[in-house]
Amino acid sequence: MTFELREHTPVWLAVAAPVAAVAVSLLLCSVLILWTGQPVLNAYRLLVGGAFGSGFGIAETLTRATPLILTGLAAAVAFRARFWNIGAEGQLYCGALAATWLGTGMIDLPPLLLIPLLFLGGAVAGGTALLLPALLKLRLKVDEVVTTLLLNFVILLLVSFLLEGPWKDPMSLGWPQAVPIVDEGVLPVLLAKSRLHLGLLVGLAAALLLWAVMRWSIWGYEIRAVGHNPRAAAFFGIPVDLTMLRVALVSGGLAGMAGVGEVAGLKGYLTLDLSPGFGYAGIAVAMLAALHPLGVVLSAVFLAGIYVGADSMSRAVNIPTYIADVLVASSVLAVLVSLMLVRFRVRFR
Amino acid sequence: MDLIEVFLTAGFWAAMVRIACPLILGTLGELICERAGVLNLGIEGIMTVGAMAGWMWVYQGGELWGGVAFAAVIGAACGLMHAGFTVYLGLSQHVAGIGLTMFASALSFFTFRMLLPSSTTPPKIQAFQPVDLGPLSDLPFLGEAFLRHTPMTYAAFIAVPVVIYVLFRTPLGLAVRMAGENPMAVEAQGIDVLAVRCGAVMAGSALMAVGGAYLTMSAFDAFYFGMVNGRGWICIALVIFASWRPGKALLGALLFAGLDALQVRAQQFAGGLVPYQFFLMLPYVLSIAAMVVMARRARYPKALLVPFRRGERH
Repeated sequence: MTFELREHTPVWLAVAAPVAAVAVSLLLCSVLILWTGQPVLNAYRLLVGGAFGSGFGIAETLTRATPLILTGLAAAVAFRARFWNIGAEGQLYCGALAATWLGTGMIDLPPLLLIPLLFLGGAVAGGTALLLPALLKLRLKVDEVVTTLLLNFVILLLVSFLLEGPWKDPMSLGWPQAVPIVDEGVLPVLLAKSRLHLGLLVGLAAALLLWAVMRWSIWGYEIRAVGHNPRAAAFFGIPVDLTMLRVALVSGGLAGMAGVGEVAGLKGYLTLDLSPGFGYAGIAVAMLAALHPLGVVLSAVFLAGIYVGADSMSRAVNIPTYIADVLVASSVLAVLVSLMLVRFRVRFR
Repeated sequence: MDLIEVFLTAGFWAAMVRIACPLILGTLGELICERAGVLNLGIEGIMTVGAMAGWMWVYQGGELWGGVAFAAVIGAACGLMHAGFTVYLGLSQHVAGIGLTMFASALSFFTFRMLLPSSTTPPKIQAFQPVDLGPLSDLPFLGEAFLRHTPMTYAAFIAVPVVIYVLFRTPLGLAVRMAGENPMAVEAQGIDVLAVRCGAVMAGSALMAVGGAYLTMSAFDAFYFGMVNGRGWICIALVIFASWRPGKALLGALLFAGLDALQVRAQQFAGGLVPYQFFLMLPYVLSIAAMVVMARRARYPKALLVPFRRGERH
């Protein structure tokens, strides 16, 4: 069995492949559902119904998709340049820290100024958090996969320290949580009687902007060139190191903004369980979207739907919610294979 | 208590040995994979699945060593998956590895919840007990520190010379190392590069899974969610720290475990001054620092991350 590079890829194949991959992973996971003793089709019906079957479900799904869009974009832009930022989780918390620092009464501003400032602060914090691994990679050739991964743990412990120590809300009855964001900093709700907040629009705007930048700007071209072949890019006079640094700042910044949205939009205050792994799920989002910024929006909504749907499904019938993680992970692996089959033709001989 | 006195307590050395074991096994496993040219970021998930599988085997009434073997088999199966993606299909080793970690952890948690639907306090098993080496175990200090450990602990340490022997003294080991340095040369010898890499990844993953199983079957006696807690990632840092040499990997794991054991004890008398979170940060910060120190001199296996496709020139 050998693989040949396709000279041109039919459009239908590029679209059908991820869909087929998701179908395969649904099929694989139905084995697990059979194990629980529940009828498979009913379980999936409950899952889809919980996520998209009602106004409430859709609002919850979009709320859950909001941070995933941003962390998905963070992974997509970094992976495009082959900069392996696996630290979106930590950068998200850095953004949340910045929002808490700026948004809990330190400055007195009207909402129109304070909310953009929070997002800016979060982006700067997230970008700064990724700057260290990026510089270590460029200057000292330290593998960024491990440094970004390990920094996640360090940052989470830092948050834990702040929440139990200096930043602890004295009114929180002993719970480790920070002082709430002031009213001027709380993101407006988009839909009455839902938790859907302004963060979604920020995420959509970021996706559009990133798509335009990647497609039409010189920066985008440079990022793609560095990702394809850094040596060739350097040969053509593209500043490879500078491009990597830019990518790191943008990637970390996007993840930081996700944290701002969760603190100022959803929870209202910083806690240690602010993110149930949104940073890691962002990698799955980016992979499902084949690193395409607009695809990230779709796959974030899809993934959020799986999580929200699995929650409501496990409340209705006795299936552990971890089925959602299995579904997501197997979809990622299946999509990886399917994308490879889009690029290559399989020859048996 | 003084910091120096810590080194004089046998408990410290015993803790160091205990903490080092999963790291030794995980690092050896990752080292074997990378020596063959395959980065295995599935390690965190494979350690999780090993921890769950081994524990569950015993909890369901199996033998302890049977549990270890079961964990190894499941680990090898994960390795086969990773090899399928990265060796045979040539997918990105980074992405496939992270996908595998997600998949293996999610599947372990799902399985655990399926078999034990509602348990607030994690049930326990009869884990490996320390072996009594007779008079040796009763030696003052030395006995308590080094000669009163579980059989699995000794097995982890014995794994190091075994891996060294196989990697550096057998034709098989030569083929594995060559597959990671110059796969074309392996091909020229009429050896199947893909099979060698696949086998190495499977063997390495089996070791990682046993490292995970050590946590639930020797160090503790229960399975918790998130109990691997970044140990897999630390192993990847240790491989770089060890410059891909098993002997140095043992040294690195021991050094690291010693600092970790020290950290726990330092909390007791500096806890009032420094918040405990900073002590818990130390292992991760130290791993990053170790990589910074060693990265310049790091001599990566030349074909690491490069997929091999038969009949293609590189």
